[in-house]
Amino acid sequence: MLRAEGLSHRYGAIRALDDVSFSVQPGQTLAVFGPNGAGKTTLLKVLAGLIQSQRGSAVVEGGRRAIGWIGHQPQLYAQLTVRENLRFWASLYDVHPPSDLIARLGLEAHVDRPVRALSRGLVQRVAIARALVHDPTVLLLDEPFTGLDRVAAEALSRLIGQHAAAGRASVLVTHNVEEGTGLATDVAFMRAGRFVHFAPRAGRGAAQVAEEYRNAIA
Amino acid sequence: MRSPDLLRHAWAVASKDLLVELRSRTAILSVATFVVLVLMVFNFGRDPTAVSNVDLAPSILWVTFTFAAILALNRAFQIELENQALDGLLLAPIDRGSIYLGKLIANLIFVATIEVIGLPLIALFFNVRVLLAPLVLVIALATVGFVAVGTLFSAMTVRTRFAELLLPVLLLPFMILPLRWAALATGLLLAGRPLSEVHGWLNMLAVYDVVFVVLAILLFPATVNE
Amino acid sequence: MKLLRVGHVINLIALLLLAGIYLRALAYTPVEASQGLAQKIFYLHVPAAIWAETAMIFVGLASVFYLFTKDPRLDRFAASSAEVGTIFCAIVLTTGPIWGKPIWGTWWSWDARLTFTLFLFLLYVGYLLLRNAVPDPGARARFAAVLGICGMCEVPFIHLSVYMFPTLHPMPIVLQPGRPKLPGSMLTTWLLSLGVFTLFYVGFVLQRYGISDLREQTEANG
Repeated sequence: MLRAEGLSHRYGAIRALDDVSFSVQPGQTLAVFGPNGAGKTTLLKVLAGLIQSQRGSAVVEGGRRAIGWIGHQPQLYAQLTVRENLRFWASLYDVHPPSDLIARLGLEAHVDRPVRALSRGLVQRVAIARALVHDPTVLLLDEPFTGLDRVAAEALSRLIGQHAAAGRASVLVTHNVEEGTGLATDVAFMRAGRFVHFAPRAGRGAAQVAEEYRNAIA
Repeated sequence: MRSPDLLRHAWAVASKDLLVELRSRTAILSVATFVVLVLMVFNFGRDPTAVSNVDLAPSILWVTFTFAAILALNRAFQIELENQALDGLLLAPIDRGSIYLGKLIANLIFVATIEVIGLPLIALFFNVRVLLAPLVLVIALATVGFVAVGTLFSAMTVRTRFAELLLPVLLLPFMILPLRWAALATGLLLAGRPLSEVHGWLNMLAVYDVVFVVLAILLFPATVNE
Repeated sequence: MKLLRVGHVINLIALLLLAGIYLRALAYTPVEASQGLAQKIFYLHVPAAIWAETAMIFVGLASVFYLFTKDPRLDRFAASSAEVGTIFCAIVLTTGPIWGKPIWGTWWSWDARLTFTLFLFLLYVGYLLLRNAVPDPGARARFAAVLGICGMCEVPFIHLSVYMFPTLHPMPIVLQPGRPKLPGSMLTTWLLSLGVFTLFYVGFVLQRYGISDLREQTEANG
């Protein structure tokens, strides 16, 4: 569903991506762990098409239409209502918001309230709804659990699980090994723009992966 | 780039901008107040015996609209910055040109609103007959020119430190020529000259508009793509 | 380093040649009938004006190629050309009034050519200010390229406007359709001066480019 080959990208003297190649198949959730500055966000942005990699190529089946992005920016217009936001973003993908989406995220009561009137937890859930409004087949998640409250975090985990169960792919980057391991089918460690480990999770628990991560990155 | 998609997405972006603007309510009110204040300054700052209204009116008109437009232009990309939504627009499978066109349309409607408010006020305060069809055409052409360039530049300046100062500095040199032509045409029309004397300036304005709108559409992706 | 040295040498040669030209202009070239001695500034003013406008065209062309190739050297060349163009504009704007005062009786007039050189100057200043305001080198190069291309496209409109407005300014006598209207020795002096300014342009741009090249290298190593 997603393939990267020989991705290399530098910002001046800093190598953000250094010959990164991998592929993600349907049903797989790849968790990429790495410290800040390892190039994780750059990798996601190249996959999403937001950055043109200086060398190498990244191909996502279905192009931008198939990609859903969940990051720390809610990408919602504070002055518009939940319904208006969802309708706007859906229109850019030439679809209508799916009728069950709002229910799945427990937002029925707030659909006609402006986003600026919502609590932080609710905004987070609306942001997730926004990312899923066009039914993407590939999810790209950039530190998605940062600052999420319990309800939102559980909703997100559930959704990622459902996404994989439906035979779709996800790439999740985070520096928090504990949170990401449970959802992953495959695990990668990233340091200074390179993958220093890339393997199926194969039943390893969070503690074990964390241990290996500390050894690899130290 | 398929035209119907381009326009449809552009209109989606534009209507979203206008809706956000309507809900904010502050921008249009501040600019309207600004227009009235500037006109008052012009009134108290001049010597009515020295220069006649008809001679002064083009300058008043264009200075007022220019400064009001610059105030308005910053908001277009400010909306995306405040809501951190620009990445979302770039992720969507739409042509970058749609984003620019959408912003351009929203800006034009905004500035047109300012002009619709300002023109009758100028007619009222300075007792000049400005509500003439050819004059409206001149104003429309000049407006398209500088709003097209202004929308492009605001995409670049919005993230810089002195954005409100940098945008006018970059934009004014590109406004001088269309303003000069428009002011000359305005002067002729207010003095009651026939349309035939004015059409040379109209042609220049039209050519300028076409060149810079096309250029802006071509260059806009460079301001948002990395 | 090498570029810098070459630039220095070229500028030195150009400076010497300029002195030589002025000697020729003052001593050997006939004094113009209606304008008198002040007209001698023409040899400095007009070539500077030509290069001020041409430098902007180069900024625009380099910007176009930069957007296609993303080669940072093109961006550095555009920046250098812009800085040199700014200086030449400043030369035109100072020599203009010096020439004009004895003839027109006023230091400044909103004459079409002077006004538009002022705008060219403002375009350059805007370009340099934009470069200064963007810290990220990639974004800076892209934004500068966009502005540079817009500036280059503005130049033909500026040029056209000069021919449309009545002006105190002497009409072009060299760059005009038909043969130049200058008598022989004046033309030669003028052409020599144009050559010298061409050398100045090349020399200054090389120097400027050399400096920014050096800076890039030290930043990469340091």
